[in-house]
Amino acid sequence: MTCLNLLTAKDVTYICPYIGALRGTLTVTNYRLFFKCMDREPAFVLDLPLGVVSRVEKIGGASSRGEVSYGLVCKDIRNLRFAHKQMEDSLRKSIFEILMKFAFPVSNGLTIFAFEYGQVYPENVWKVYDAQAEYKRQGLPNESWRITKVNDHYELCDTYPSTLVVPVNIPDEELKRVAAFRAKGRIPVLSWIHPESQATVIRCSQPMVGVNGKRSKDDEKYLQTIMDANAQSHKLFIFDARPSVNAAANKMKGGGYESEDAYQNAELVFLDIHNIHVMRESLRKLKEVVYPNIEESHWFSNLESTHWLEHIKLILAGALRIADKVESGKTSVVVHCSDGWDRTAQLTSLAMVMLDGHYRTIRGFQVLLEKEWLSFGHRFQLRIGHGDKNHTDADRSPVFLQFIDCVWQMTRQFPAAFEFNEYFLITILDHLYSCLFGTFMCNSEQQRVKEELPKKTVSLWAYINSQPEEFTNPLYVNYSNHVLFPVVSMRHLELWVGYYIRWNPRMRPQEPVHQRYKELLAKRAELQKRVEELQREVTNRSASSSSERAGSPTRSITPVQTFV
Amino acid sequence: MLSSLGSVGGKSAKPSFVSYVTPEEIKSEKEPSRKEKHPDLLPGEVVFCSASTVLKYTQDDLSQRGVFGALLCTNFRVSFVSDEAPTEEMVRTLFKNKLYGENDIPLSCVDNIYGDKRKLITGGLVKNKYPSKIIIHCKDLRVFQFSLSFSKEEDAKKIFQGIVHHCLEPKSLRCLFAFSYCENTSYPGSYSYCREHLRKKQTVMFDSVEDWTQDMKRTKGNCRVVSENSNFELSPKLPQYFIVPTNVSDEDLTKYQGKGLPMWCWSHHSGCALFKTASIPLVQEDNVCCRMLTAVAHNHLYSVKTEDLSDTLPTVQDILLSYNKFKQFFLIDNTTEFWMSDMKWFSSLDNCGWLDIIRQCLQKAVEVVESLEKENTNVLIMEEGGSDLCCVVSSLVQLMLDPYYRTLLGFQSLVQKEWVAGGHAFLDRSNHLHLKDKVESQSPVFLLFLECVWQLQQQHGPAFQFSETYLTVLSDSVHVPVFTTFLFNNDSHRDSLLRAESPHTQRSPLNCPTVWDWSVQFDCKAQDLFTNPLYTEKPKQDTSVRKSYRPRHLRQLSLPSSAFKTPPKKGFFKDEADNLKKILGVKRLSRWMLSPSSDSPQTSSSVREFYEAWQTKPLDYHGLLLPCLDGPSIRVWMQRYLRWIHDVQILGGGPVAMLSKVSEILGEVQELQRQLDRHGCTLTSNHKGARPRAKTAAAVIAARSSVRLSSSFPFVTSRNWSFKPAIPTSLLQSLMVTGIPGNLADREDDGGPESLV
Repeated sequence: MTCLNLLTAKDVTYICPYIGALRGTLTVTNYRLFFKCMDREPAFVLDLPLGVVSRVEKIGGASSRGEVSYGLVCKDIRNLRFAHKQMEDSLRKSIFEILMKFAFPVSNGLTIFAFEYGQVYPENVWKVYDAQAEYKRQGLPNESWRITKVNDHYELCDTYPSTLVVPVNIPDEELKRVAAFRAKGRIPVLSWIHPESQATVIRCSQPMVGVNGKRSKDDEKYLQTIMDANAQSHKLFIFDARPSVNAAANKMKGGGYESEDAYQNAELVFLDIHNIHVMRESLRKLKEVVYPNIEESHWFSNLESTHWLEHIKLILAGALRIADKVESGKTSVVVHCSDGWDRTAQLTSLAMVMLDGHYRTIRGFQVLLEKEWLSFGHRFQLRIGHGDKNHTDADRSPVFLQFIDCVWQMTRQFPAAFEFNEYFLITILDHLYSCLFGTFMCNSEQQRVKEELPKKTVSLWAYINSQPEEFTNPLYVNYSNHVLFPVVSMRHLELWVGYYIRWNPRMRPQEPVHQRYKELLAKRAELQKRVEELQREVTNRSASSSSERAGSPTRSITPVQTFV
Repeated sequence: MLSSLGSVGGKSAKPSFVSYVTPEEIKSEKEPSRKEKHPDLLPGEVVFCSASTVLKYTQDDLSQRGVFGALLCTNFRVSFVSDEAPTEEMVRTLFKNKLYGENDIPLSCVDNIYGDKRKLITGGLVKNKYPSKIIIHCKDLRVFQFSLSFSKEEDAKKIFQGIVHHCLEPKSLRCLFAFSYCENTSYPGSYSYCREHLRKKQTVMFDSVEDWTQDMKRTKGNCRVVSENSNFELSPKLPQYFIVPTNVSDEDLTKYQGKGLPMWCWSHHSGCALFKTASIPLVQEDNVCCRMLTAVAHNHLYSVKTEDLSDTLPTVQDILLSYNKFKQFFLIDNTTEFWMSDMKWFSSLDNCGWLDIIRQCLQKAVEVVESLEKENTNVLIMEEGGSDLCCVVSSLVQLMLDPYYRTLLGFQSLVQKEWVAGGHAFLDRSNHLHLKDKVESQSPVFLLFLECVWQLQQQHGPAFQFSETYLTVLSDSVHVPVFTTFLFNNDSHRDSLLRAESPHTQRSPLNCPTVWDWSVQFDCKAQDLFTNPLYTEKPKQDTSVRKSYRPRHLRQLSLPSSAFKTPPKKGFFKDEADNLKKILGVKRLSRWMLSPSSDSPQTSSSVREFYEAWQTKPLDYHGLLLPCLDGPSIRVWMQRYLRWIHDVQILGGGPVAMLSKVSEILGEVQELQRQLDRHGCTLTSNHKGARPRAKTAAAVIAARSSVRLSSSFPFVTSRNWSFKPAIPTSLLQSLMVTGIPGNLADREDDGGPESLV
């Protein structure tokens, strides 16, 4: 129902930065822009969800040659340019206006396409994440931790999920007092607990210390209780994601950080990760360096000047320190930044990927995103700007992209440790912008419930889980109890060519290993079948001699557990 | 018990590490067992000097603990023998080098020695002085740190001066270990086990007329094999045997000691061929050059393109300079410095220019490939000497065009043909002898070639039968002074020395192993790691390699012709013979020599088009291979350069995690195939050709039994490493102080004022 064909224009030129000008037919629907050029063999096709468009601009006026042109700046690291003859002025107007209207439905009072998308998938996967079930998997509640319903109606904190895990000893009334001392009421709650040591990863927002160094007995007691819940350690690490200067500057605005005087036995560490504006600027520079063409001679210097990988390194290093404290130090950690929904989400979710093999599976990763990002209120609507024409909005930032990039870096370093492949990560990023699925709509769980997203839209996971083989890493070895500590040196970080430079046809992605592996799998299946057939035949002919031959073929070739 | 080293040692002013055992303890404890400690000496190996109670330490070791032991200097190596019992020695056996162990440094592998305060030691020292610690940087990028503070003064002095003398000071070729080793080894008898014998047999050595004839036949070339130099009568600089265009006259063979003589490298199936030559001084007036060009042109369609590599590629000095800067990034003796340098890693890479030199060589090779493949022109590459960059480019061209050279044996044959027989001056380029007058000629040209091969292999894994580990080991072997492959400057040099050194003067020359006798260094299991489990053999092998190769090849070549209307370039023409001769007669030599560099931007864009056209065709691992040269595609050879650096080992990760999985399933496929064979399946015969070679499987499985694998597999096993992540120190000091415009860094995360409340 749903896909409206709004416009079809012939003889439109797409100015491809790699091939050159291509003449073809442009179609715009309420979901996508579709361009097809039949002059080439095979036909050239451009298929772009309008949600990807960040900006539509007219380029110049009518030129002397009577051509008008306009450009689309996209969120997925490319720009597109179209041109066509002026003669039908109405056409130009209509193309431009239709794009302006349907690429930015929110700014035009229209609904986002996800609400109209009617595809039915076999599995209702809005249920992929069930907070209770996930906490149960972690062994919660237990003697130290309870699940509270205090936020059932989002009254304690409107950007938090309804289900929260807090220390057993802290009654809901005290939680409210703690909330008063934490920015936006985002109190420290449990994200993950170590199955053996009971060390926990706790997330929250900054304490409202202010210039006068305000203290909260409740908050101090609360953190003490968190530390006490882990018998293995008499210490608590508080990781403040920000550079210390920024954390201090926040005092001017009522925020700040925990002083070690007030919080006994707590050690505060700043992780020096920069804010959303710095990250946005870094991505802008990166796009300049990689699109459309790469300058060969100074590639590395140019890459360095964007600082993109430095930020990736800092985020990974922060997560590594958290994971190390939890795993090696058996110590509980508290993670926050300012509001606790950008850098904090990056850090806790990455640390959890390192610590818990479950999150490295296809389903587990979905749970991780639903939990750490969506339910804990990473503000996707604001950070991505779905359907919003205000492309200069200072709230936009590639925080989630950075997280996925970090995960990709880890898959590079541990090629057999993740059940999903690169295509899975790219698909998530593509649908982060596409507005086809409801998954990344809105800013918080509360809003999603209010908008009835599960009822009105389809989940991205429904699509992905309907064809998991597409997204599966054939080399995956399930060593779930295995902690991964990535190397966070620049020597091992690299630019994700398969994502950032994928529009450049010269950088054709190559997955020879996976290809080869799939061939071998097929070959093994074929041989296995043939061996079995033969054996049946042999058994039929003479039951006596067959047993001593080769034994069971399936047993003798049972895959050996790959190293740990 | 804890004690600071400085307080006891006396010599070192500032303790830089902590030992958990006092030297006194050591002495009292170890005194009884303090008899002569030796590594297992090789045949012909002699200990020059030694010192006991030497502390080997590493600052990267988390405990900052050292190991006491004896330091020895022999005629082969500097060796540290630990006082600690060789526990877990079994662990190492998988990839143990039989000639030297993890604590041994072959003398020719020593790159630089530093004393106290990191002062570079250059030899010729004041007597009676010695530093309290020495740091040895190796050519295979290992770094050793020894403290001499606990040794007897006499011993310490002796060992220090011994090491400096034998590692840094000029010596004669005869002093190289190879000669005493070979005299004392009953080679080759003892090396004939494993598959080695077979392997050696099949590596074409290019030391006979037959080898050359065979190779020319294989490529359907039609040139003249020259055997007149078999006793180096034509010139000692020319190979014993070589191939020239048919038209080269006997008279020209003898001129200028082989300079200007076009030497055949490889023939393309179209008939055109690649030649290389040492360029002739421009002043020659007797038309030799023209005659040579004519001879080359005559080979196929009267077309020839010349390429003077001296004009377009870096010099050997540039290569050395760049590599010297590059290698510093990996010679790490200090964690803090390492993480500091991490900040500027990318720009440092750019600044040293090493990757750019690799790119230029690959690009030049692609240009030559384009001429051969697309234009079917004969190509003559030249440079002064004709045995450095000519070797790099001609070998790369052949790797890209001919799948035979991507097999292990093919590759070894290629190195024999282009480098060893081709007269690359290995001895001068490595300067094993530390001769003062050869300092200028030192340059890692062969390593540069291996780097380029690694790039190709990295981009097109399944096309290569040999593995990354093979290339790394080969690059290390250059510095092991045992193999004749790397000890000489050319054929006649090798011939004369081996004859002179022979113990039986009347009889055959001294018989030394070549590097291709891998069993000298590694046992069969370890050698399994030389093959690439991703390699896909050619599906059909019933006909000769060449035959089935051709049609595929041609199909891949059906490039859209319109895209390739490149204007005719200088130095390249296809014309009638008469016309050619006329031009040749008239044109000045310089016109020819200067041709390609002037239009390099154009060439570059043509190469791009060539690459893109190739890229649109389906990839055939047994056909033409081209490298992508764009910025992100040229990378650092991680295994070679990062393998010894503790902080960047990915524990449980790295390529081995992937390859072992592939090996594993390969092994299963093989096992199934075997079962089928056992059942006498009639279908088996159809599959014989495609049968995979799952050699690495066993080795990898063996390895994983006791060791945790890491990204530096198989070079380092992680037995001593605690499983703790390397947390970068000094993460941030310099981050983006300059890089952030305006006040972005100071701004609050959320744009709206409401968030500041």
